[in-house]
Amino acid sequence: MKYTFSNRLRIGSFIAMGLGAIFLILGFLQAPSTVEEAKAIAMAAHDDGHHGESHATDTSGHENHADESGHASNEHAEDAHGEGHGASHDEHVFHQMQNRPWAALYVAAFFFFMIALGTLAFYAVNRAAQAGWSPLLFRIMEGITAYIVPGGIIVFVILVLSILHMNHMFVWMDAEVVEHDHLLQGKKGYLNPTFFIVRAAIFLGGWIAYRQISRKLSLAQDNADDNSNFKKNFKWSAAFLVFYLISESMMSWDWIMSLDPHWFSTLFGWYVFASMFVSGITTIAIVTIYLKSKGYLEQINDSHIHDLAKFMFGISIFWTYLWFSQFMLIWYANIPEEVTYFVFRIEHYKLPFFGMLALNFIFPLLVLMNSDYKRINWFVIMVGIVILFGHYLDVYNMVMPATVGEHYGFGLAEIGGILFFGGLFVYWVFNTLTKEELMPKRNPFIEESRQFHY
Amino acid sequence: MASNKVIHALYTDDDILMNAVKKVRAAHHHIEEVYTPFPVHGLDKAMGLEDTRIAITSFMYGCLGLAVAITMMNYIMIEDWPQDIGGKPSFSYLDNMPAFVPIMFEMTVFFAAHLMVITFYLRSRMWPFKKAENPDKRTTDDHFLMEVGIHDNEDELKQLLLDTGAVEITVTEKEG
Repeated sequence: MKYTFSNRLRIGSFIAMGLGAIFLILGFLQAPSTVEEAKAIAMAAHDDGHHGESHATDTSGHENHADESGHASNEHAEDAHGEGHGASHDEHVFHQMQNRPWAALYVAAFFFFMIALGTLAFYAVNRAAQAGWSPLLFRIMEGITAYIVPGGIIVFVILVLSILHMNHMFVWMDAEVVEHDHLLQGKKGYLNPTFFIVRAAIFLGGWIAYRQISRKLSLAQDNADDNSNFKKNFKWSAAFLVFYLISESMMSWDWIMSLDPHWFSTLFGWYVFASMFVSGITTIAIVTIYLKSKGYLEQINDSHIHDLAKFMFGISIFWTYLWFSQFMLIWYANIPEEVTYFVFRIEHYKLPFFGMLALNFIFPLLVLMNSDYKRINWFVIMVGIVILFGHYLDVYNMVMPATVGEHYGFGLAEIGGILFFGGLFVYWVFNTLTKEELMPKRNPFIEESRQFHY
Repeated sequence: MASNKVIHALYTDDDILMNAVKKVRAAHHHIEEVYTPFPVHGLDKAMGLEDTRIAITSFMYGCLGLAVAITMMNYIMIEDWPQDIGGKPSFSYLDNMPAFVPIMFEMTVFFAAHLMVITFYLRSRMWPFKKAENPDKRTTDDHFLMEVGIHDNEDELKQLLLDTGAVEITVTEKEG
């Protein structure tokens, strides 16, 4: 059966995109354009004990926290430093405030792109492992991975704009900063704008190429007389996984870790991978349950949902394992050059930093442990939404402290980013789903998948 | 007592056994026990056995293990002798918690796994030197045996079991 895009969903996605774009523009307008303006906003925040309009939607926890430690350390810093330092401090604050809408845009753009990429990895794993349960879900996964094309291009454009000095998210892109930074000079061989953008182009090119080739072979298999397309797809998927694991790891150094160019962590690539993998699987489950509830997927039974929920459960724990391994090793050894990363986050991002652990670990652990609950559709949807928000927060925690520092919040720009890219994601994914039959017709494992029962 | 008499029907194929179980249940005879050389998928459902609750016990044992680990380390490391060991903050349990997580995790798994296994042994009455209970040695190799209680309906039951594809039928007095 072919999927017809429901009008409500299509209009909803357009409204989300429009609202999101307006919010984002407002977010950009709210950002200060001069140092004086930034100073005024910072001063106003000091005087009122509030964070200004952009922080109006903050939870009270944030504000209290900012009042207690953020402001105290600000004042302390201002008292301690002389006049000359005060000016450079002002400029620093100005850059951070200017970064706010950019970082919000980047977090949302990367988050939705990461869902598509995680789904692509899951899809390739299922093809390479010749999984018997999942072939019925391939079209849905292909629909989600379609977003990798627009989403990847947008992320790429943001990176190019960063190189063109439209923002100050990546400090190492600023030649003047590098000039006075011995450590950044040492990393210049890897972290330089040309090599950076070439790498990004290679990664994106590779991922998009595999996605298009695999989709084409997958569709060709439906009308073929033999399994040659299936075999080719198997080989492409195995090769892609090798390329993906290398490129994904380097991508995480480039696009996220280099926001904190003085900091490094060896398992960072795995950590980002786990985050995108679980988000991708969760999105597959949510889209599948949505389509099933609309009566499009009669052959998908509870056991398929059960399997997806098991993956959500397992990879959530895998993510936590990597999060904790990274945190605990650095906390335990307490080497100053590494530990500042977490010191800053725990001091200034307490609620998002630990809140994400509750959302990404404790909640799915307790809720998805029961085998029966993994078959209840609304249960899986509910946990899925919590997991997706938790992993948005995860990206937020990786990007925001490095780009806006203490001047963070959850305001127009952040909500606008989620709405805009969420709308685009929904539109693109469901529009792709209308293009082909939702059920693959011919695949060596299709009958096994139909009969799949756990 | 007549109720101690049971009928033993032997089968050589698990598919035939499954069908036989369904037919005997449909005829409202109580199946005392089925002996198989390997797990037959779906046999428990066909026999109408209740789901196991061993996973729930395991979860509770895991919680117990976590509690033991936390109590133990909080007492030893924080309350009893809060030494400064390499600058680790032993002011409160939470301050030093990351260092305790590996032990908390392992203790949870240890308790959950071992106590669940012991529960399994106790519930299924398995221990060393236990007298084996299989009524026919062939059920450990390639035969399947269904045991049905006789309540003054020996002939009728025999006929039913033969119809389901039993290769051998014996009537025995059950011990104990």
